Amino acid sequence: MVHNESGMFGASGTGDTSGYGGLVRQAENPGSAQRPYGGYFDQVADDLERAYPDFADAIEKVVVDRGELTLHIKRERLVDVANILRDKLKFEMCMGVSGVHYPTDTNRELHAVYPLLSITNNQRVRLEVSVPDTDPHIPSLVEVWAGNNWHERETFDMFGIIFDGHPGLTRILMPDDWQGHPQRKDYDLGGIAVEYKGATIPAPSERRSYK
Amino acid sequence: MGLEDKLPSGIVLTSVEKLAGYMRKNSLWPATFGLACCAIEMMAAGAGRYDLARFGMEVFRASPRQADLMIVAGRVTNKMAPVLRQIYDQMAAPKWVIAMGACASSGGMFNNYAVVQGVDHVVPVDIYLPGCPPRPEMLMDAILKLHDSIFDEKLGPNRERVIKEVELAAMNAKPTHELKGLLA
Repeated sequence: MVHNESGMFGASGTGDTSGYGGLVRQAENPGSAQRPYGGYFDQVADDLERAYPDFADAIEKVVVDRGELTLHIKRERLVDVANILRDKLKFEMCMGVSGVHYPTDTNRELHAVYPLLSITNNQRVRLEVSVPDTDPHIPSLVEVWAGNNWHERETFDMFGIIFDGHPGLTRILMPDDWQGHPQRKDYDLGGIAVEYKGATIPAPSERRSYK
Repeated sequence: MGLEDKLPSGIVLTSVEKLAGYMRKNSLWPATFGLACCAIEMMAAGAGRYDLARFGMEVFRASPRQADLMIVAGRVTNKMAPVLRQIYDQMAAPKWVIAMGACASSGGMFNNYAVVQGVDHVVPVDIYLPGCPPRPEMLMDAILKLHDSIFDEKLGPNRERVIKEVELAAMNAKPTHELKGLLA
């Protein structure tokens, strides 16, 4: 996925003295990696392939970037792969689940990211699942790593990803009757206009830098 | 509040006012309501170096039913607001509120969907204490100023008259953004 960025802080035309207004940048997500991945990553991939016959079907792509291994997994296979990673490859710990919102990544707008840690082998692997905004369902991993319970509630609260099979998927940070999911890119920052003596400045979401 | 509120205004009430004010200002019991970094300064004010014990208020009560001063120390989120209001309602009258720091007073730097823009949206505030966070000396100054105002607090019909006057002044006040010139 490639996105072109130009300018910064929403500045356009004159009025920007930071110099960032003229910035043109192409941001690119890292593509698939080819073997050898390097380090223990090949060992992990080999072990997973051996333990899980449907490996080729379950893994969308393997990314090695900045010395970290990320496995992009189809959501239907997530629980299977997670069970094998835990039981066969000794990834005892899941450090939680993070949400990511890519509004321009059509039909893959919402990502869930699971960093795994093997205490036995001192290895780290990251799982990533992508789902469309229109169908934000991902199977819950609470049955595999019980500690994911509150993390999945938080990701649901902030991004609106629905974790199917979660024992009690309710909001954890925002009030129960809250509308919307605040960490999505299109969520309005809100706020109120601020009155000073002799002047009023608009609410943060109305200022140019957040437009 | 009690019997003193039923007294007719006059010389008796004035004497009772003075006595009650003197008693009340010297026996303030703060409730613990630390919400953020201001709470660290509030705890420092209560500890040995700054020593709120000099004013007899070093014991912060965990139960609102034993407290009559709420120091709101930190930003109040929309989720915390009903909790704060419940704690306030559980405190026995007479009770006072200090909005400690920029966030409790006005929302401070958190001008967004999650934070209440000033705790005065939820409870009546007696003292607004600026600072981010205010140092313990500033908190103690606010507390001493509150002591003074408690000492001068009116009762019964006198109190109603004062409330009406303050209300009228607030209604007639110019909006902040229409004010011109330097201070005051």
